[in-house]
Amino acid sequence: MTDQTLRVTVTRQEPGEEPRDETFDVPFDDRTSVLDALDWIKDHSAPSLTFRWSCRSGVCGSCGVMVNGRPVLGCETTVAGYRTSGLTVGPMAHATVQRDLAVDTDEFLAKLRGVSPWMLPTPPVLQPAGAPGPHPSPDAESQDPSAVPSLDVLAVHSQTPGQVEAYRGLSQCIDCMLCYAACPVLDDVAGFTGPAAVATARRWDLDSRDDGNETRFLALAENEEGIWPCTQVGACTRACPKGVDPAKAIRDYQREALG
Amino acid sequence: MSAALAAVETFAAEGRDDAVVALVSKVYPMRSHTVAAEGGAAGVVPGGADTAEQHVADTLRGGAGLGHDDAVRFVVDRAPAELARLERLGMPWSRTADGDPAVRRFGGMTNPRTWFAADKTGFHLLHTLFQTTLREPSIRRYDEHVVLDLLLSDAPSSDAPSSGASRPSSGAGSQSPADASRAARGVVAYDQQRGEPVTILAAAVVLATGGYARAWGTSTNAGIVTGDGLSMALRAGLPLRDLEMVQVHPTCLPGSGILITEAARGEGGVLVDAAGERYLADYGLGPVTPVGEPAARQMELGPRDKLSQAFWHADRAGRTIPTRDGGVVHLDLRHLGKAVIDERLPLVAGLARRFGGVDPVREPIPVRPAAHYTMGGIVTTAHGQVLDAAGAPVAGLFAAGECASTGLHGANRLGSNSLVETLVVGRAAGTLAAAPSSPSEPLSSSGPPSTAARPASSAPPSSAVPSSQSQDPGEAALVDRARARAEHWLAMRGRGTESPAEIRRELGTVLDAEVGIFRDADGLARAAATLEDLHARYQDVRVADTAAVFNTDWSQVLELGAMLAVARGAVAAAIGRTESRGAHQRLDHPHTDDVARHSLVTLDAAGAVEVRWQPVDAAVSAAAAATPGKDHR
Repeated sequence: MTDQTLRVTVTRQEPGEEPRDETFDVPFDDRTSVLDALDWIKDHSAPSLTFRWSCRSGVCGSCGVMVNGRPVLGCETTVAGYRTSGLTVGPMAHATVQRDLAVDTDEFLAKLRGVSPWMLPTPPVLQPAGAPGPHPSPDAESQDPSAVPSLDVLAVHSQTPGQVEAYRGLSQCIDCMLCYAACPVLDDVAGFTGPAAVATARRWDLDSRDDGNETRFLALAENEEGIWPCTQVGACTRACPKGVDPAKAIRDYQREALG
Repeated sequence: MSAALAAVETFAAEGRDDAVVALVSKVYPMRSHTVAAEGGAAGVVPGGADTAEQHVADTLRGGAGLGHDDAVRFVVDRAPAELARLERLGMPWSRTADGDPAVRRFGGMTNPRTWFAADKTGFHLLHTLFQTTLREPSIRRYDEHVVLDLLLSDAPSSDAPSSGASRPSSGAGSQSPADASRAARGVVAYDQQRGEPVTILAAAVVLATGGYARAWGTSTNAGIVTGDGLSMALRAGLPLRDLEMVQVHPTCLPGSGILITEAARGEGGVLVDAAGERYLADYGLGPVTPVGEPAARQMELGPRDKLSQAFWHADRAGRTIPTRDGGVVHLDLRHLGKAVIDERLPLVAGLARRFGGVDPVREPIPVRPAAHYTMGGIVTTAHGQVLDAAGAPVAGLFAAGECASTGLHGANRLGSNSLVETLVVGRAAGTLAAAPSSPSEPLSSSGPPSTAARPASSAPPSSAVPSSQSQDPGEAALVDRARARAEHWLAMRGRGTESPAEIRRELGTVLDAEVGIFRDADGLARAAATLEDLHARYQDVRVADTAAVFNTDWSQVLELGAMLAVARGAVAAAIGRTESRGAHQRLDHPHTDDVARHSLVTLDAAGAVEVRWQPVDAAVSAAAAATPGKDHR
């Protein structure tokens, strides 16, 4: 970092208290990210500043924040562009603030779980022969831990590159919740299943190996907070840092449901 | 999560509907560092030219004498089944035109055997497993719980009855003294969301806490990779093996250390110096392969340690391009073309554009080495069973993944062997942990050691577990000890004067400078002196924040303490290893000893680091003696 500084305002909030803004002068250069700036503040000025982060390379999904009202990943957003405007960092919208920039994640995970984001029907468990364990199953060839697995445990589905391509884009979701922060529908319908969960439901539906479409369709179409609150503003798709298109996923479900 | 799913499957197979798995993590599980693994996972595809024997041979060659034949074979034999199982769970493996899972070349591997999902293999692996765990009601998640310490039963005194039942496999001929036997009883953790300590009592504990490469200032690792599990094991009196073996990845973005996967070279990327020369040929990695035609174990596909060493020499020979983050070389992908880059390496392309400031379709990527993977870890058998300092199994305690030293990687890990290790050893450990022969009943959770009670819905009361053994007279004492441990750590809040940020910075700087690609006695002595100073200052480390909820000032100081503890062990072992082997290269000791020995680091009663040396043969024998099922042979 150089000796030039940038004015960074952070919206802080202790549990059970009202939010308040604090402003810091943070040194920066052309590579300094919002996350770097938060780190600097925590190390040099406000040790109690609370924010999540981990990979610093845009894949773990931990560091979503609002910067000047727009949801972004802190690690991949540089601050230099805000040199003239200054920047205000706040917690992601449409989520309960736990402390400062850390917001509730359980509500999102409950919505995600609600769409059954796993292979349906559940694939059988094939125990490799010789798997460690005290109880030999009747069909196990051997309990010798050095035995090689029998062939059926090597069974895989066939799936062409084209079939992978059908759901590849939707499988890029990193659960960062930026799309929820961006979605204006959540202002009014807090229970809306929401962009990322619907996109992930679609990811499984479009996977040639999965047969759970009916289960997910019921969860989304026969639930007034499933896909119906969406008004196709498209804010989710614009906010996604991974190029996922949740708006299209929701639109496709709505069209299917309307026949 | 592989261990958790294996345990759940074991419970289901045995009809035990009362058994639960507590998945305790300091972050939400889908944030774990597995998410950042890029290149792929190695597994021999049956029916092709590749063989398990060749995978074993490649892995042992990479391990430079510290690999264990049986541990390598254990993972290699089970790798294809685990990768296929992940496929059946929905893993989006990249495919051949015929619809089969595709494999790519990787450094140090004789044949292409790396299964991949573009260059986001770890991300897809983690999310496939995480989403699968969501369907299992018997996996109880304890998200954002910082584990403070392991709870182990005391070693029984010599006149007490030996708890032989808790030692499922130690033979009569075991050399370990019976009174050294200890057993895992659970963990004491801190719930960051509720702001209270939580004691989780369990019949078995599987540590899957990752490595310690974040201690280095320039590292490919996420902020959470701080050696927590290793430092807990060290405090519990358990040995850590080969801590000095730290793999430095040759191709990372300067400054940030962000990883540019080896797959970029597997797909045909080449490395050139400031003059545009394929410099690797001058440092023993030739002959030069034609651009776009990578060949096994040559040039850019040589082992990682050799590539990092070549960089070191090239840098000192003035052949690198100077930048504010040190010298760099160029990783050139341009000849691959946009289509291949976008299809096979989309993450790399995005990282280069966003964090490196270059478009790899049009410009070469500036790269330099960074600390990447730590081979050292908690001593275990091939199945992940943890062994104590005497080589005896600690009943009910397992470790899997980067925190474990099973003997798979030896002195240097081959790329794409670590993801598959998490699956295979995780599965083995989870299965053994769930086995009913464990000393007491499956996992139960008590209330927190504080008087505040958790809602019954999120923590099953221990009375829900019908078991004669849950009346263990030691349980009350255990909860008392957990409370004391929690209070010990909590007392750090609101105290101290030394800046944790400054200690962290100095730690990273000295490890980068002195404990990197090449080491020598003088540099290691400087590192040791710095670490002793930092250790002393850490005793008065400042935790300014006194809040109960989400006190990350405190939790980051705990992580710093773990990194410091493990780094002290790594430097002590590096000083003692007066040879060059695998990832440990001594400028002052370039030879390799005839007898391969493991370093074993422990703490003495006063907290001083002790290093002793164990021939590999003896370690293999100890692991074999502690391996279940050997009686069936």
